[in-house]
Amino acid sequence: MTATTDPYDVLDPSAPVYTLSGGDWQDIVQDVADRHPDRIVVNMGPQHPSTHGVLRLVLELEGETVTQARVVVGYLHTGIEKNCEYRTFTQAVTFLTRADYLSPFFNETAYCLAVEKLLGITDQIPERANVIRVLMMELNRISSHLVWLATGGMEIGALSAMLYGFRERELILDIFEMITGLRMNHEYIRPGGVAQDLPPGAVEKIREFLEVMPARIDEYHDLLTGQPIWIKRLKDVGYLDLTGAVALGATGPIMRAAGYPWDLRKVAPYCGYETYEFDVPTQTDGDCFARYLVRMDEMRESLKIIEQCLDRLRPGPVMVEDKKIAWPAKLAIGPDGLGNSLDHIRHIMATSMEALIHHFKLVTEGFHVPPGQVYTAVEAPRGELGVHLVSDGGTRPYRVHFRDPSFVNLQSVAAVCEGGMVADVIAAVASLDPVMGGCDR
Amino acid sequence: MFSYVPIFALFLLAGGFAVFSIIAGSLTGPKRYNRAKYDAYECGIEPTPQPVGGGRFPVKYYLTAMLFIVFDIEIIFLYPWAVAYADMGVFGLVEMVLFIVTVFIAYVYVWRRGGLEWD
Amino acid sequence: MTGLGYAMTPVLAAAPLSPPTHRDIWWLIIIKTLAIFAFLVLATLFMIWAERRVVARMQQRIGPNRVGPFGLLQSLADGLKLALKEDIVPAMADKAVYILAPVISAIPAFMAFAVIPFGPTVSIAGHHTNLQLTDLPVAVLFVLAMSSLGVYGIVLAGWSSGSPYPLLGGVRSAAQVVSYEIAMGLSFVGVFLYAGSLSTSQIVAAQAHRWGILWAAISFAVYAIAMVGETNRAPFDLPEGETEIVGGFHTEYTSLKFALFYLAEYINMVTVSALMTTLFLGGWRAPWPISLWSEANVGWWPLLWFLIKLGIVLFVFIWLRGTLPRFRYDQFMQLGWKVLIPVNLLWILAEAAIRVVNVSNWRTWVIPIVVLAALLILGSFIADVVQRRSEERMQMPRVGPALVPNPDSPYPVPALGPATHPPLAATVAAREGASGESHSDVRTEGDGRA
Repeated sequence: MTATTDPYDVLDPSAPVYTLSGGDWQDIVQDVADRHPDRIVVNMGPQHPSTHGVLRLVLELEGETVTQARVVVGYLHTGIEKNCEYRTFTQAVTFLTRADYLSPFFNETAYCLAVEKLLGITDQIPERANVIRVLMMELNRISSHLVWLATGGMEIGALSAMLYGFRERELILDIFEMITGLRMNHEYIRPGGVAQDLPPGAVEKIREFLEVMPARIDEYHDLLTGQPIWIKRLKDVGYLDLTGAVALGATGPIMRAAGYPWDLRKVAPYCGYETYEFDVPTQTDGDCFARYLVRMDEMRESLKIIEQCLDRLRPGPVMVEDKKIAWPAKLAIGPDGLGNSLDHIRHIMATSMEALIHHFKLVTEGFHVPPGQVYTAVEAPRGELGVHLVSDGGTRPYRVHFRDPSFVNLQSVAAVCEGGMVADVIAAVASLDPVMGGCDR
Repeated sequence: MFSYVPIFALFLLAGGFAVFSIIAGSLTGPKRYNRAKYDAYECGIEPTPQPVGGGRFPVKYYLTAMLFIVFDIEIIFLYPWAVAYADMGVFGLVEMVLFIVTVFIAYVYVWRRGGLEWD
Repeated sequence: MTGLGYAMTPVLAAAPLSPPTHRDIWWLIIIKTLAIFAFLVLATLFMIWAERRVVARMQQRIGPNRVGPFGLLQSLADGLKLALKEDIVPAMADKAVYILAPVISAIPAFMAFAVIPFGPTVSIAGHHTNLQLTDLPVAVLFVLAMSSLGVYGIVLAGWSSGSPYPLLGGVRSAAQVVSYEIAMGLSFVGVFLYAGSLSTSQIVAAQAHRWGILWAAISFAVYAIAMVGETNRAPFDLPEGETEIVGGFHTEYTSLKFALFYLAEYINMVTVSALMTTLFLGGWRAPWPISLWSEANVGWWPLLWFLIKLGIVLFVFIWLRGTLPRFRYDQFMQLGWKVLIPVNLLWILAEAAIRVVNVSNWRTWVIPIVVLAALLILGSFIADVVQRRSEERMQMPRVGPALVPNPDSPYPVPALGPATHPPLAATVAAREGASGESHSDVRTEGDGRA
């Protein structure tokens, strides 16, 4: 261990030190110091154990009471939307799936629905592809809610809840890995359908999960729902009524916990959701506990939908017929992993020049999407996930914009936090369930 | 006072251990100066300039401390009474009922005036 | 037993329970001091390991199992690792206090254990001695004093770090510990009433036939809650609630200074558990079926019973950590001030009354009536306060069903009613109508969105 090789060993005290600052931070501090000498300004985040990644909250505290809460976002901005403009419509999925990393299938579906709508092929999506999409999304909803339960529980101090939540999420991620090859960021749902059919054994694995999960949800209820401290920490905390939710654009469990059964799967169905039987759980208290109950119930409803999906899976194509859009690959698992099937490679390389040209054009250039703009939305675990897609008629999106529920729901932080205590901020922000990957994109 | 000699021995041992740890910790660890490392932790943001000693704190914390002193003294009065209780019988009981009722009146007063509210 | 003890507690002069006491030889004192010191350090290392293993099992994990047999040396390895970390004193810190704080925290933690009796008189190399470092006449008071002193370490650590999170943690800790010290101190009164002494060895002796938990069940319950609050452990771990105020008072501490806080926390846990064993669980006395054996309370055996009881209490600490969420600051303070203290005061009166009735047959019917009257007066006070509070809460404008839209809001709020999804039919119709026209957004019309 020599000091000279250590890059952090700055022996020169005048050497520059880069700290994260800027904005009106100094003004806020000065202002508070002038007006309220017994208040302090505390940064909660971006590097804080319970701000869901890199959310920054600037809290003005009077003792333990929060008198003002400001939200600062953008620390996880990765330029996903902009990057999409430099990739084909199919390749964009690879970026978008990483936005809200806890609900990748929703990002993919919302975007693919938008592309399909512009292409005018919404009705040509094969039934099996739609069922698989719904199946994956509902599994994903459960896994996302489980992360919320795990992190939210941990933030309130219920350490075991964290491990229980992640334990079941692991089961779902195993299913995802089996079907898509990846645990997260799957890039599985593509414009026109899904990347490949379910592998053998997948349905059985999901059925096993369906057998296990209801008992596990009961376990969470046993551990938390009746727990007096849990109730005390969540009840009447982070209150946001329907008026506030509508004014602030909060959707998803936040709105449903305020009593309004607004669920895009019911009010504007997509992927055939209108044909599934499920309820939209609501609560009327509008506090953290109501949001907790709503999410817990939603997991059960998702299980119902998954069961129906499995029952109606019929053999059939999983990609649109149109060869001008459908990705030309025939995927197969070889000795080196998933890739193009050898038969397909033989076909394009050895027997059909047209097939090769078609493959080349579609893979490198992509398909043309008619000019226009479209807004599609799906009910993501956190609320309305909308995609505003603009095409100029080329093979790349002109603009992709995500209306991410994490971002919009974070607008209500001040409303749910101010007047509470520091510990309530944690509970309230956890109940909004923001995912900074989705918020900052 | 002899009973306190072992306590003093333990004090020396524990104190020696603690001081030794502090000194050892400053000797065994590496020393790599970096200004940012010596900044106060504020979640990655440049720290708020703090007044010396953390500035003023809301008065309710001091209220808690004062209430503590009041009730702590009450407890100290209760101890000798409890120890000698077997000898005093009914007299001790009546005395203590009067004492506790008096304290309780003060307690209820504090409660009613909102002295026991922390939010 | 010294003269001071008799002077303060004259009752005890006649007590037949007092064990033979005498001065120890100097080398016995040194051996016992070293033994206590070693016991506490080892207990800390073991507790950290046990906590991680047990909580891991509760969470369906394995826990540390790599260093040493069953991972037993993991805590030692962690301690060594901490020793090799850079020792940082933040630029804004008040240096002297910052360095002193962990020492202030650690020393009282060690010292409080001096008065805990591990067992009865044993013979070491021909010398008879108590398995207790020193038998103070005011032993319980001494433990209370030491635990109060330990708080100074935490408060000063928070204050001197020059950083907002430790400051919050330090202030929380101060308020928390002083609040729970009252509840804790009151819970002792129930024990003293029966034992007639503040000396730990006398209290153990008084439990020869019935344990304190039976005489003073409520005191036991209050102490059980207060000891968790006093040691800043889950669910009362507010001063270091890492998800709220990062690390609380020890956010800025590194290296062995941090290790000292850790050590103090675990020693405090062992101390309050040992005190619980001593005051309420019969101390080193054998539990019932074993106590029938005539040798059970003689010689070195009691040490085993003591350690088993201590282990059980410590297990509960770990169990709490694995099960319960954390309290919020105000709820925690309310529990201490508004529940534990009045309950405790009433219980002391009730216990005193019961005891008088038991001791003297004289005018047995008068005393309960007097006490009952007193309890009624006190109860009515509490009922009055509680009712006041609930009335005030009723008048609070905010609480109400979230469903009722605020009529003053400038924002349109959707109509609500039992009809579940009014927009659904319109949407489906629009979908069917627009199935050919895929360029239009089907949700823009007819779905009632604002």
